[in-house]
Amino acid sequence: MSATILNEVRPGFYLDSVALMRVSRSLADLEGVDEAALMMGTPANKQILADANILAIEGEEAGTGDLVIAVRAESPNRAQFALIEARRLLQQPSASGRGGATWRPRSLRSALELAPAANLALISVPGDFAAAEARKALRRGLHVMIFSDNVSLEEEISLKEEALERGRLVMGPDCGTAILGGVPLAFANRVPRGDIGVIGASGTGIQEVSSLIARAGKGISHAIGVGGRDLSNQVGAISTLMALDALDQDPTTRHVVLISKPVSTAPLKKVLKRIGRSGKTFSICLLGAERCDLPANATQSRTLKMVAQVALGTTNKDEFDTQRVARPIPSGRNRVRGLFSGGSLCAEAQIVFKEAGEVVASNAPINGVALVGQTSEGHIMIDLGDDQYTRGRPHPIIDPSVRDIALVDALSDTRVGAILVDVVIGYGAHEDPAGHLVSTLNQRSHQSPLVIASVTGTDDDPQVRKDQVATLESAGILVAPSNADAAALAIACLCGEA
Amino acid sequence: MDLIEKANDEGLRRMLAADPVLVDVVPAAKAIAALDDKRILLHAGPPIDWERMCGPMRGAVAGAAVFEGWVASLGDAEELAASGNMVLHPNHHFDAVGPMTGITTASMPVMVVENRAFGNCAYCTINEGLGKVMRFGGNDAEVIKRLRWLRDVLGPVMGVALRDTGGIALKGLVARGLAMGDEMHQRNVACSGLLLRALAPSLARTAADTSALAEVLAFIGGNDQFFLNIAMAMGKAMMDPVRNIDGCTVVTAMSRNGTDFGIRVSASGDDWFTAPVEMPQGLYFPGFSEADANPDMGDSTIVETIGLGGFAMGAAPAVAGFVGAGAASEAAGYTKMMAEITLRQNPEWTIPAMDYIGVPTGIDIRLVVDTGIAPTINTGIAHKEPGIGQVGAGIVRAPMKCFEDAVRAFAKSIGVA
Amino acid sequence: MPSLEIEALLDEEIIVINIGLPMFARNLDELGIKVIEVDWSPPASGDSELAHLLSRLGT
Repeated sequence: MSATILNEVRPGFYLDSVALMRVSRSLADLEGVDEAALMMGTPANKQILADANILAIEGEEAGTGDLVIAVRAESPNRAQFALIEARRLLQQPSASGRGGATWRPRSLRSALELAPAANLALISVPGDFAAAEARKALRRGLHVMIFSDNVSLEEEISLKEEALERGRLVMGPDCGTAILGGVPLAFANRVPRGDIGVIGASGTGIQEVSSLIARAGKGISHAIGVGGRDLSNQVGAISTLMALDALDQDPTTRHVVLISKPVSTAPLKKVLKRIGRSGKTFSICLLGAERCDLPANATQSRTLKMVAQVALGTTNKDEFDTQRVARPIPSGRNRVRGLFSGGSLCAEAQIVFKEAGEVVASNAPINGVALVGQTSEGHIMIDLGDDQYTRGRPHPIIDPSVRDIALVDALSDTRVGAILVDVVIGYGAHEDPAGHLVSTLNQRSHQSPLVIASVTGTDDDPQVRKDQVATLESAGILVAPSNADAAALAIACLCGEA
Repeated sequence: MDLIEKANDEGLRRMLAADPVLVDVVPAAKAIAALDDKRILLHAGPPIDWERMCGPMRGAVAGAAVFEGWVASLGDAEELAASGNMVLHPNHHFDAVGPMTGITTASMPVMVVENRAFGNCAYCTINEGLGKVMRFGGNDAEVIKRLRWLRDVLGPVMGVALRDTGGIALKGLVARGLAMGDEMHQRNVACSGLLLRALAPSLARTAADTSALAEVLAFIGGNDQFFLNIAMAMGKAMMDPVRNIDGCTVVTAMSRNGTDFGIRVSASGDDWFTAPVEMPQGLYFPGFSEADANPDMGDSTIVETIGLGGFAMGAAPAVAGFVGAGAASEAAGYTKMMAEITLRQNPEWTIPAMDYIGVPTGIDIRLVVDTGIAPTINTGIAHKEPGIGQVGAGIVRAPMKCFEDAVRAFAKSIGVA
Repeated sequence: MPSLEIEALLDEEIIVINIGLPMFARNLDELGIKVIEVDWSPPASGDSELAHLLSRLGT
């Protein structure tokens, strides 16, 4: 087989050598082409072409300012085709330009060069790295919201002590929700601005309370998350006290709701003392805690629902009538399985059950509730957002499929008469958690457990609360107006066993 | 950390205060006393012995020994080297740099760049041009003949002319080149032209005969990469005063010998942190492919060390085309990425197409390791067999291991566990 | 005074640097809130000993 060498010369045609090399590569890749090159006709280049055995007489005669297109192919046909392709490529503007692809900074440092006025770092990298990023942010004068969980207690203490010195707020770690100046951060619901401030050691606690307040027609000034361990002895309420100072000074805040799970004595005392010095009124919910000695301007409620009512100044208005909505659970069953994406919602359900005299176990037990696995008695409430479930996995609010296995398991457990779930919507949440839940449950039969739900959120949320409620109800799920009401409804259904 | 911040500020101050001037061309032995009357060969990259040297560098070593008349033939040179009787040192240890194989010996003319702000000098041989050259391991009669011409004609002629000019200031020339599409590693055509313009009157005035002058003008004028070697000497002259600042994490040199990639860091002085070189990713001339490529080689990464080359790719968009299907518009992205690992922008070297951003300057080993972004280098690709020459051009990264080792050593040196 | 700084956060426009889940940045962006997204990757390519050293060297 004798190869065909063809040269074409474009007089006075200049193109950068790299651009030419790219075209050369495309030609050389053509079928039947052994070698191809486009080069300016300088002596050095002509030597390269000669050495590659693709220089013909036309190319030899080209001048330094001329473009030489040189091809060696297995047949005259293929060589001609390559030349035609070369002409086409030279006419086209540069290939595959993503053109100004948006540049994203790779570090906080270069991000700050783009936005020197930034005042908040929102950190949701894996827990092992979150503290280092938070420290960088604090040292550059930013406030920090750490969504990440699985950050060590030592790191939290170190960060908050440094933040205290610098006069910066650390929200978190494990802070799922904040609303600052009406701006929803991470998981948060669309709620109107108003005069009720919220400080929460819990994301879903803030979500539930702010949503209940919004649905009652009132609004939130700011909701500040402080992370689940802020009120521990070791951390000493650093962020909570800062948040209290801030809301106390904030002219748009009239009343403050403080939400937490039970806390150690020393930090609680500090917090209550600080509350006592404020001129504003406070309603406190320490899910599962005993009654404490309160200053005169504070009240304590046992559930999220009740603390929201106190903040709203309502009592027992439009009370949910569980008896009207309740249905009997399938006969021969007596257990409720609660599967929660929100830790505080799980805690609230435990409180409602405990106060009704029911025996409960949980993976995140409140005081007086057994750790799951220690007993085979009673109802089981699972917090699927707990660290043990979220290590290396998305949060169940983002990805409801995290709950699917537990749901299928509960459906097939013959002792379970009712399944209790929370459906959390809002920014950051799945686009249709109700729809997902319904499709997971669609293998239910008449013998399957009842499913009882509440929807945490508002009609202004992207998922639109009333649409989510409609989706659930049309699938035969019983929907209560709050998480606490849903737990009460589950108990009512238990008592009406068929 | 306060110590580090202050030390880095001082390092950057020295870099930016530099005043590099091309002042002379002299025989290497006159500039580098250690070469005088001794059979020493200087090479590119961190220290390496003959056993581990790649093909092209061995070819160049042998050719240089023949050129100097130390041996009668290439074979004799190889025997001498293999028996351990060849004295080999890095250019960097003697205030010098050299591209690709970078061989520097006593009678080769070297260009002298003086950093007038600090009084130090740096040296680099003259760029031989394209094709079969010693830089790529060439060592045949043609190569030796050219080296003799550089020694006997170009070197002296250029030296006399430079002395006549009183020295050509380089920072401003480089700034102009950046605005004209040069990045000073793969693209030097604008600076080469500007240099010739600056030198031409003195060349004409001082040249002894017009035919030598014509040869010199044709040689310089015909070599698009002539300025590379000057940019390299400039880089060395700028970075040497930054060495040995306690607590300073700025990279003072990056260099390769075709086998190892080495970096030096201010706080750790003359210590080399090395790792195996990586293979360039690029485009090849007709007849060649990746299978023919030599691993990365040369002291030319001193150019990236001062914020040019791959760091200034936004000024030379065409070069971005080397990386896969990279478009010219991605060139700016490389410069922005290098800004992640450097401490400052250089206000005197700006890139018009990027709204006059200053080139990213002062590579900080901490930032390299923290971001996982290694310095990006624009480089020529040599054939792995000696004497064939350049087979392509592309992009290569400095190995991350060099920086990780440097960070560990630095932490230890300041007592951080 | 520390609480003044935090009051400033509540009073002033929030400008966010998002490091982590891109969804959070997207949500803020859709609401018209100024947010810069960092294309983050683990420091020291995930080597935690080296990352720890780095954090002590003040990057």
